Amino acid sequence: MQTWSLVSLCVLLGVVVRWGVSLNSYSGAGRPPMFGDYEAQRHWQEVTYNLPVQEWYLNTTDNNLNYWGLDYPPLTAYHSLICAYIAKIINPEWVELHKSRGYESPAHKLFMRATVLVADLLIYIPAVVLYCLYLTDGSAKKKVSTLFCFLLYPGLILIDYGHFQYNGVSLGFALWGVLALGLGWDSLGSMAFCLALNYKQMELYHALPFFCYLLGKCVKLGLMGRGFFLLVRIASTVLVTFALCWLPFLSDPSRALQVVRRIFPVARGLFEDKVANTWCSLNILIKIRSILSSDSQIYLSTACTLLAVLPSSVRLLTKPTFWQFKLALANSSLAFFLFSYQVHEKSILLAALPVCLLLNDLPLVAIYFLQVSTFSMVPLLLKDGLLVPYVVTSLAFLFFGVFLLSALEHCSEEELRLGAYHKLLFCLPKLDMACIVRWKFYISVAVMAGLSFASVALVPPPHLPDLFPVLVSTTAFLHFFGTFLYFNVVQFSGPPSRKSQKKKN
Amino acid sequence: MAAPVVDSWSWFPALALGVSLLKCLFINAYHSTDFEVHRNWLAITHSLPVSRWYHENTSEWTLDYPPLFAWFEFGLSHVAQHFDRNMLLVENLNYDSPATVLFQRLSVIFTDLVFIFAVRECCRCVQEQKGSRDILNRPSFVLAVLLLWNFGLLIVDHIHFQYNGFLFGFLLLSVAKHLQSRHLQGALLFALLLNLKHIYLYVAPAYGIYLLRSYCFTQDNKDGSISWRSFSPLRLIALGSIVGSVCALSFGPFIAMGQLPQVLSRLFPFKRGLCHAYWAPNIWALYNILDKVLVTLGVRLKLLQEAELPRASMTGGLVQEFQHSVLPSITPSITLVCTLLSILPAAASIWWRPGGARGFLRCLLLCALGSFMFGWHVHEKAILIAILPLSILAVESREDAGIFLVLTTTGHYSLFPLIFTPAELPIKAVLMLMFVIYSFTALRKLHSGPVSLLHPLESVYLLGLVVVATACEIVFPLSPWQQKLPFLPLLVTSVYCSVGVTYSFLRLYVSLLRRDEKPKQL
Repeated sequence: MQTWSLVSLCVLLGVVVRWGVSLNSYSGAGRPPMFGDYEAQRHWQEVTYNLPVQEWYLNTTDNNLNYWGLDYPPLTAYHSLICAYIAKIINPEWVELHKSRGYESPAHKLFMRATVLVADLLIYIPAVVLYCLYLTDGSAKKKVSTLFCFLLYPGLILIDYGHFQYNGVSLGFALWGVLALGLGWDSLGSMAFCLALNYKQMELYHALPFFCYLLGKCVKLGLMGRGFFLLVRIASTVLVTFALCWLPFLSDPSRALQVVRRIFPVARGLFEDKVANTWCSLNILIKIRSILSSDSQIYLSTACTLLAVLPSSVRLLTKPTFWQFKLALANSSLAFFLFSYQVHEKSILLAALPVCLLLNDLPLVAIYFLQVSTFSMVPLLLKDGLLVPYVVTSLAFLFFGVFLLSALEHCSEEELRLGAYHKLLFCLPKLDMACIVRWKFYISVAVMAGLSFASVALVPPPHLPDLFPVLVSTTAFLHFFGTFLYFNVVQFSGPPSRKSQKKKN
Repeated sequence: MAAPVVDSWSWFPALALGVSLLKCLFINAYHSTDFEVHRNWLAITHSLPVSRWYHENTSEWTLDYPPLFAWFEFGLSHVAQHFDRNMLLVENLNYDSPATVLFQRLSVIFTDLVFIFAVRECCRCVQEQKGSRDILNRPSFVLAVLLLWNFGLLIVDHIHFQYNGFLFGFLLLSVAKHLQSRHLQGALLFALLLNLKHIYLYVAPAYGIYLLRSYCFTQDNKDGSISWRSFSPLRLIALGSIVGSVCALSFGPFIAMGQLPQVLSRLFPFKRGLCHAYWAPNIWALYNILDKVLVTLGVRLKLLQEAELPRASMTGGLVQEFQHSVLPSITPSITLVCTLLSILPAAASIWWRPGGARGFLRCLLLCALGSFMFGWHVHEKAILIAILPLSILAVESREDAGIFLVLTTTGHYSLFPLIFTPAELPIKAVLMLMFVIYSFTALRKLHSGPVSLLHPLESVYLLGLVVVATACEIVFPLSPWQQKLPFLPLLVTSVYCSVGVTYSFLRLYVSLLRRDEKPKQL
């Protein structure tokens, strides 16, 4: 079998699975008055199509910001506008101002699902294919296996094609950025990342590693010589990209400020619902929200986030290699997810992307983490009626991840990149690391299966109505925190030996 | 025997699990009226006494499968009551609560375990090539993918809704038993299959003649001709008692109740028309279109009076009788004679020159295709009876691989109109594309050689399918003809595909006859 046919089979399978998931329900289906993210996206099409650009982010009589007001950066708005033009051609009722609120029909669902698929096919999937083919090492078969698992990561599929969002676009742009940096095209990479940032402000989770990697590279080249030119080139690329994205809002500073205020709403509190991050988990023990004022909550979370990002960023700055960059991406996004202000459970997808990049290098940990990240969204998925796709895609991902990447065989200390830390971490030298990790994996999978089953089938006791969501988020938090520590440790241990040899060749 | 490779079969559960999980994703997809048919049968078998099963007609979808299948539904209904009791009420027509859909879909997915087991048995019978160490290039792996991930089965069973996987499991298992020379088990399985769904009568002649010739006669003469003295009555009795007891078990109760004519009238409804709702790609599709063309020409050339012609309704979507205008109309007896004539040479060939189990398989294929080509009221889904067994031959011989590619691609494409809802369009297109890419690349690699598997003309014909597909699936629904000529895409599809199926049928015959000649020349 030639590689091209295996790759195309993987991509086609990825498309079928995505479309299969999209046959299911979406968030807020048939639940007036607010509906869900599906209606939000449709509403943005309606707003962007019917109102002038200046009014998109303003509260006016035609634009009630309390009803799914636009709160993503301009690229999202442009994307909605393009979709709205197509919608208008197919059926004008879909984007009619005011009258189309809460519009739902099978044909409209089909249209919305198709827009997600098209965006994915144009941006996310090509980036994944190129990344797996050019930036992972191993035989062609190994690359295809990685590609297969990367494309079938359940979390992203379930949120984009089940719940309904366009995460594939922002993550896809970020991935193009990673890809370009990996291939040495620094300006293109920074441009792609700016696009990601202008599509979804949450991409800030990835911003520090990009910044540190590029700055570190410039410093390494010598800030007095070639490094300086590189820095100027990157800076101007960033500025031009941003300027182009914000062009309609730049004529009036107050208008731009209004957009910024919409994008970063600080009034929404430390966390919403049940998120698997530090604050929500801590909330079980200490009610932070009632102890601290909202200002000090912001300061506290910002301080903690910066503290958590600092080690990996400094390490990357001093050692700007691609391997360090990938790890820093994972560390930074996890740090943001765990400690920052106003985190959504879906934000774990931002941490999942860099971990997907590590599928080839650290198969077991990556699969482990990715599975937990899908599991952390169980309450949301159940609310949207996505039980069957959740079970099916998770089982498939777990099984094929372990089978194709032979994850369970590759978990010795050397392969977990923990060789140097062995004596530091474990006082008992005879402990079999591989065995421990494997059992930990089995137990976690069992716990996740048990909690998923309990959330579906059991009725919580009346005085603890949130029992299962809290258990789910706490379990997920413990795993995320553990993975965060692990990735930091790996980042500070030496570079993988096989990898460095290959680089020299 | 070559030494077995240590990890040789670990890929098989992966393939099977993968496809089973994929099937689960289609639970909420469109399902056809066959869904209601099977729900109704669950209700009938669950809530009525056996004596009423073949008399019940509250729903228009009366029980028209043989008794063993009714018992199968009876068994399923005992699980079904734990999902939703309301689906088991006969009067609950068109009932499809989420629990009902889940149960029925899962029942198909789980009974497919029989199919998965049968595929594994078939893969074990395949001759492995020496020297190919890569798993992806081993015939058994390729065969497993071609069968387990078969496009036709996926869409017919798991979107359209039927239990073909379960039934083909019996057929393939019985073929595998014959390949392993366990003829009695093979005969038992086939007898069970016939009593589950009588459409497999199509291939019964192959079974009958093969078992009589190669099992009941224990020896051949030196020149390969039949040795009459080696006839073993004991084997014939064994065979007869197996088949007889299965049939007695299935039909016995109904004979005892004096309901046999009623059951048979349900099983063989000759009141239906020559062609199904839309035409299966066979000879009659070509015959119909020829008739239509002649009528049009006749009217144009003033040879025919338009008023005198019978109103010919083409593929209106209803099952009804259809009168030809110029050419003589076809009666069931004509189709029967044509079918018998078409399978006669194949049957004669394995009688005079039995080519072992593989010769039998080839004859089975020709029977299936012959009945498909000439049969009365053939369903387009019946093409799978030829496609699935041909997969076994395709991984073993180069020539059959070429025929397989033509037949599967056209046969699978002819199933496209079954799934006509826009939401499922991407699924059927992508699954088809996957199957085509895989079968072409894998078989080409398996039979790597200087000559291409396909003749250039065959390639051109298959590429034409892409044009037909885009025209029928994308361009036509958007064009103004959609209202005026709604049946045009169906017509184009079946006529175009019938050319490919007819061609494959002829080529299979040629390959059979050529095989017959070769030993004589030696």
